[in-house]
Amino acid sequence: MGNLAIQLENLGKMYHIGHVKAPYRTLRETIIEACTAPARRIRQLLRGTAAGAADLRERFWALKDVSLEIKHGEVVGLIGRNGAGKSTLLKILSRITEPTTGIGRVYGRVGSLLEVGTGFHPELTGRENIYLNGAILGMQKSEIRRKFDQIVEFAEVEKFIDTPVKHYSSGMYLRLAFSVAAHLEPEILLVDEVLAVGDAGFQRKCMNRMQEVGQEGRTVIFVSHNMQAVTRLCDRAILLHEGKVYEDGPARQVVSNYLHSGLGLTCLREWPDGNQAPGNEKVRLRAVRVKDEYGELASALDIRRPFYLEVEFDVLQSGTVVYPLLGFENEEGITLFVTIERDPRWRRKPRPAGRYYSRVHIPGNFFAEGTILCGGALITESPFICHCHERYLVAFQIVDAPDGSSARGDYGGNMPGVLRPMLDWQVEYLGEAQVAETPAGQQVQ
Amino acid sequence: MAQSAIARELSSAAMAESFQSGRTSLRHMTLLRPSKGWSALKLAEVWEYRELLYFLTWRDILVRYKQTVLGAAWAILQPLLAMVIFTIFFGRLAKIPSGGVPYSLFSYAGLVLWVFFANGLSQGANSLITNPELVKKVYFPRLVLPTATVLSGLVDFLLAFLLLFGMMFWHQQFPSVNLFWAPVFILLALVTCLGVTYWMSAMNVMFRDVRYTIPFITQLWMFGSPIVYPSTMVPEQLRALYGLNPMVGVVEGFRWAVLGTPRPELAVLVVSTLAAFLLLVGGMYYFRRVEKVFADLV
Repeated sequence: MGNLAIQLENLGKMYHIGHVKAPYRTLRETIIEACTAPARRIRQLLRGTAAGAADLRERFWALKDVSLEIKHGEVVGLIGRNGAGKSTLLKILSRITEPTTGIGRVYGRVGSLLEVGTGFHPELTGRENIYLNGAILGMQKSEIRRKFDQIVEFAEVEKFIDTPVKHYSSGMYLRLAFSVAAHLEPEILLVDEVLAVGDAGFQRKCMNRMQEVGQEGRTVIFVSHNMQAVTRLCDRAILLHEGKVYEDGPARQVVSNYLHSGLGLTCLREWPDGNQAPGNEKVRLRAVRVKDEYGELASALDIRRPFYLEVEFDVLQSGTVVYPLLGFENEEGITLFVTIERDPRWRRKPRPAGRYYSRVHIPGNFFAEGTILCGGALITESPFICHCHERYLVAFQIVDAPDGSSARGDYGGNMPGVLRPMLDWQVEYLGEAQVAETPAGQQVQ
Repeated sequence: MAQSAIARELSSAAMAESFQSGRTSLRHMTLLRPSKGWSALKLAEVWEYRELLYFLTWRDILVRYKQTVLGAAWAILQPLLAMVIFTIFFGRLAKIPSGGVPYSLFSYAGLVLWVFFANGLSQGANSLITNPELVKKVYFPRLVLPTATVLSGLVDFLLAFLLLFGMMFWHQQFPSVNLFWAPVFILLALVTCLGVTYWMSAMNVMFRDVRYTIPFITQLWMFGSPIVYPSTMVPEQLRALYGLNPMVGVVEGFRWAVLGTPRPELAVLVVSTLAAFLLLVGGMYYFRRVEKVFADLV
């Protein structure tokens, strides 16, 4: 019993769907409702309409019947697609919100890291924000003072520690924010998807830090979409699906099942069983993968570097003319473009039956940063036949470089646009300006 | 006998645990479960988070003085300008009595506390909805947030209070030994402000139209309190009832302590003090009752 860190029994969390649309109510509505409710209830009773049925539709269980035991020292990855209940579970464990049903016991001091830089204030200096954020995350003043130098060193912001953080570049800001959090030393650490920030170098540093925390014997619960990180950091993984524990076991096994189940979008989608693969009697899609320039599966890509996507498909009926197609969408659901295989060797050519492998290269400095969702299809152009179409197959993240070498330069703010090309600008010096003596408001002739 | 054996057992378990985790205390257990109805105040927990309270108060002060051009001057200008207007209209034109001291001093002394109360209330009532990331992403006793906002107003109050002394010397009005009572009334103003702020900030999360009523409420409340007029203008038999507004006892008591205006009746002081503490305790209970849904609503 002494070794248990977390014990959950039938934990559930219900939200009212109405609350999702209008999260708050107005006092006026409540007063009117309170006055009319008895009348409505009586009317319903008279009409014999069941009040319960209407209620059911408005409810949404973000978590349902979750029972778990986690021991001290375990590093557990929590995976599942968006809306599976991962964040809700973390919020309940960190006591931010209460469960609707069930009971949970947490043994030990909990530190949660659901967001980096919570409470950071742009007007305050780096130093002031370290103290403030540390206190918000539950550190004692003496503890922050003791770790202050380490935090600053880890964030690599020594020179700017007394500058208001509003003057920081986005990279510096994130580094400082994560650094404070990385020095939190609770017995149980809850971490939401916070590693998907910063440049690749800093991400590696964060990963190493997380690994250290795990090796120090602390209990860590770690939510991530980065399956590589989960298999590397965690011994055990829990897959949530629609608010329930779908699978719980060794990280490698759960992650691999998850990747093949199509429950979540990752940089890899495969159909090992040809009968379940999308397609028809002529063609079947077998795999789509996102790989970086070195040929490694990658879910996070440096904005400056090229990468490629590969599609594997089977032609089952010899003589079929078929092309794979990929479509890209950003997080807002805007279609960025569609691309169709254009290898001249297979143009209008009936293909012999067998496995085909196509890949498409995406240049560096092309997509804007953010999550890109990719869907695809297998088509014949004329006469047009769509053999199969999947709106979402894989997803990947484009990560901008905060060091000034990408198209964003040193600009740290929000940069609009769905593409971020690095274009060629040319500047010429035209000599000294002659407008200085012209009175204001007059045009130079 | 059996009991002591159990105790020994427990303490050795505790030592083993603390040895394992490198900490001196036994791992404490947190229970997660749906709460129903009224819950305990758990003030001990708020006390545990006193450093956070300190840092949030400090942040509010720091940001306010960094962000505004006038900085500290704001703290003084607000009651000062109100005093000028009130002195012209209520003092000179309407000739409202001012308890034997110059009207400007009379109204300024009231305004110093009033502005603290009104600003604390309006900022404190919005403190939960203006800090959604704190409410949604970290756990702490939520009472800390409005409390810090209200406490941060004390700095402004102290600056304005210092100016009051300057004005008194200029008018050749020197405080008596009663001045030692002033902190009591300042504390009572704080209690009132916290009490109302707990109510309003919690309701503000539950019902989003509350924020629009706050300026209106403070305005009405000011005229229901003896800021521009002395409480002696209220009929004597009604004064204890009038004292139900805690700001009556606060303002009149403060004036008595600092300026030496007539002391309010004991009944008024008692009623105001009771009302202030009732507001505070009631506000805390209401806040605690509804705080569990804050993270889902903010």
